Amino acid sequence: MGLGLDDLYRDIILDHYRHPRNKGRLDSPDIANQGENPLCGDEIEIGLKIADGRVVDVGFSGHGCSISQASASMMTEAIKGKPIAEVEELVGEFQGMMRGEDAPDTEEFDDLAALQGVRKYPVRVKCALLSWTTLAETLKLYEQAAKRGN
Amino acid sequence: MFDVQAVRADFPVLRRLVNGKPLVYFDNAATSQKPRQVIEALVDYYERYNSNIHRGVHTLAEESTEAYEQARRLAARFINAPAASEAVFVRNTTEAINLVARSWGAKALRPGDEIVLTEAEHHSNLIPWQQIAAEKSAVLKFIPILDDGTLDMDAAARLIGPRTRLVAVAHMGNVLGAINPVVELGKLAHGVGALILVDGAQSVPHMPVDVQALGCDFLAFSSHKMLGPTGIGVLYGRQELLDAMDPYQTGGSMIRSVRLDRATWAEVPAKFEAGTPNIADTVAFGAAIEYLQGLGMANVLRHEQEMATYALDALRSVRGLRVFGPTDPTMRGGVISFWLDDIHPHDIGTVVDREGVAIRAGHHCAQPLMRRLGVPATARASFYVYNTPEEVDVLVGALHKTKELFSGVRVG
Repeated sequence: MGLGLDDLYRDIILDHYRHPRNKGRLDSPDIANQGENPLCGDEIEIGLKIADGRVVDVGFSGHGCSISQASASMMTEAIKGKPIAEVEELVGEFQGMMRGEDAPDTEEFDDLAALQGVRKYPVRVKCALLSWTTLAETLKLYEQAAKRGN
Repeated sequence: MFDVQAVRADFPVLRRLVNGKPLVYFDNAATSQKPRQVIEALVDYYERYNSNIHRGVHTLAEESTEAYEQARRLAARFINAPAASEAVFVRNTTEAINLVARSWGAKALRPGDEIVLTEAEHHSNLIPWQQIAAEKSAVLKFIPILDDGTLDMDAAARLIGPRTRLVAVAHMGNVLGAINPVVELGKLAHGVGALILVDGAQSVPHMPVDVQALGCDFLAFSSHKMLGPTGIGVLYGRQELLDAMDPYQTGGSMIRSVRLDRATWAEVPAKFEAGTPNIADTVAFGAAIEYLQGLGMANVLRHEQEMATYALDALRSVRGLRVFGPTDPTMRGGVISFWLDDIHPHDIGTVVDREGVAIRAGHHCAQPLMRRLGVPATARASFYVYNTPEEVDVLVGALHKTKELFSGVRVG
């Protein structure tokens, strides 16, 4: 590319941006929630279908830059089919990575590790985190609703 | 006309490289760069006569008081205010508008009274009115913008009516760069007995502004967008309005006489300048005003409209690029917002930064306007006295590189 941007715009990131996975609203999610980055106006909505304590389906919609969209797309791939407890652990690991910790040496981070390059662009870290923070809030809402339901 | 190369030589920051490339600074609507005359005024103040003002009889106190009040005279003259006392120093445009909302609005507004704004206002000329309107059960009305970014003046004539107490409008938009017909709006406001507040944050730095010719009751602007330091701004208000308003903050410097249980207020402008003010930055702001006066504000406007004309043409050569706002360069200042293909403005901002070009990407503190334009954000290039057409060419080259990098992107 010759711009010195290779660390930020890794091919895998641009691929997820061009062909986002799990993009679109779920028909009847068990829980849905919105998040926004007030600094740039980016908005995201995450919907989850949950069965037997597992995220069985996930969809995201909204708009944002390549980093926020790619991060959301990768996130949906990483969490689909996982038990809620594991998803929450993954959120913590991802947030840790964006704060500067090493990426865990796990299968889930094969693609996600590409987002480490964003750390060199501090103003863009929030873009990468938006979908994850929103996911964490969505799970919290789900757990609160489940508690009330019991 | 001034010599742009000579102007550039006065701005030390323009000598620096960004990512190995000469800095092209196109984020002037956010804040301008500072000439060495302003930087030297700051250093000179701290090295020679730093002292608190309006108290003390020693030499340094006299010198700092004189420099502070000289800056006030310069600011007042710059906007042709009839009296220096009508220029109140505040932190910035935002604080100036909050001051009016609080000190005028809290006293003057009755339930059902109307404040007329536009759809394109900066949040700083929206939220203070939302707050005071909610408190006083007043009603906000919004003049719509037409598709070319200009105001719908037919709607304005209908919206400004017998319940209107205030019209508050930007002189020049910070997103679209449109110069609004403030004189006409002032006549509409005064015709129904209302006041007009002009947000001059984008106009005062870039064009001649004369409060008497505009017929405005209040004018707010910031030093940092007009070559001066951050942390200082001006609220101009007509003397009798300022006299009738209550203080904004209370404490030292703003009093006449104090008993344990009560106090009386000092005259305007001291009434609105509680506490030790931002003396050093105010003095340096004076140096910025003198610098602009040296260039001549008519020349500044001409330079920027020439820049805008050149940039509008050059940007049109980029396929997929859509410019917002008036297409007629005489209707606008040097602020150009655009959208390129489906590439998010953040990505544009990051890629052009690698070429040394600083532009703004985001909602520009105008979320309602973004919704009106149907985009989540825009990229914005804004010009000032030190910018050149060659720098526009650098931006255009960087935009072509951005397109190349993101080719094939379709945002769903």
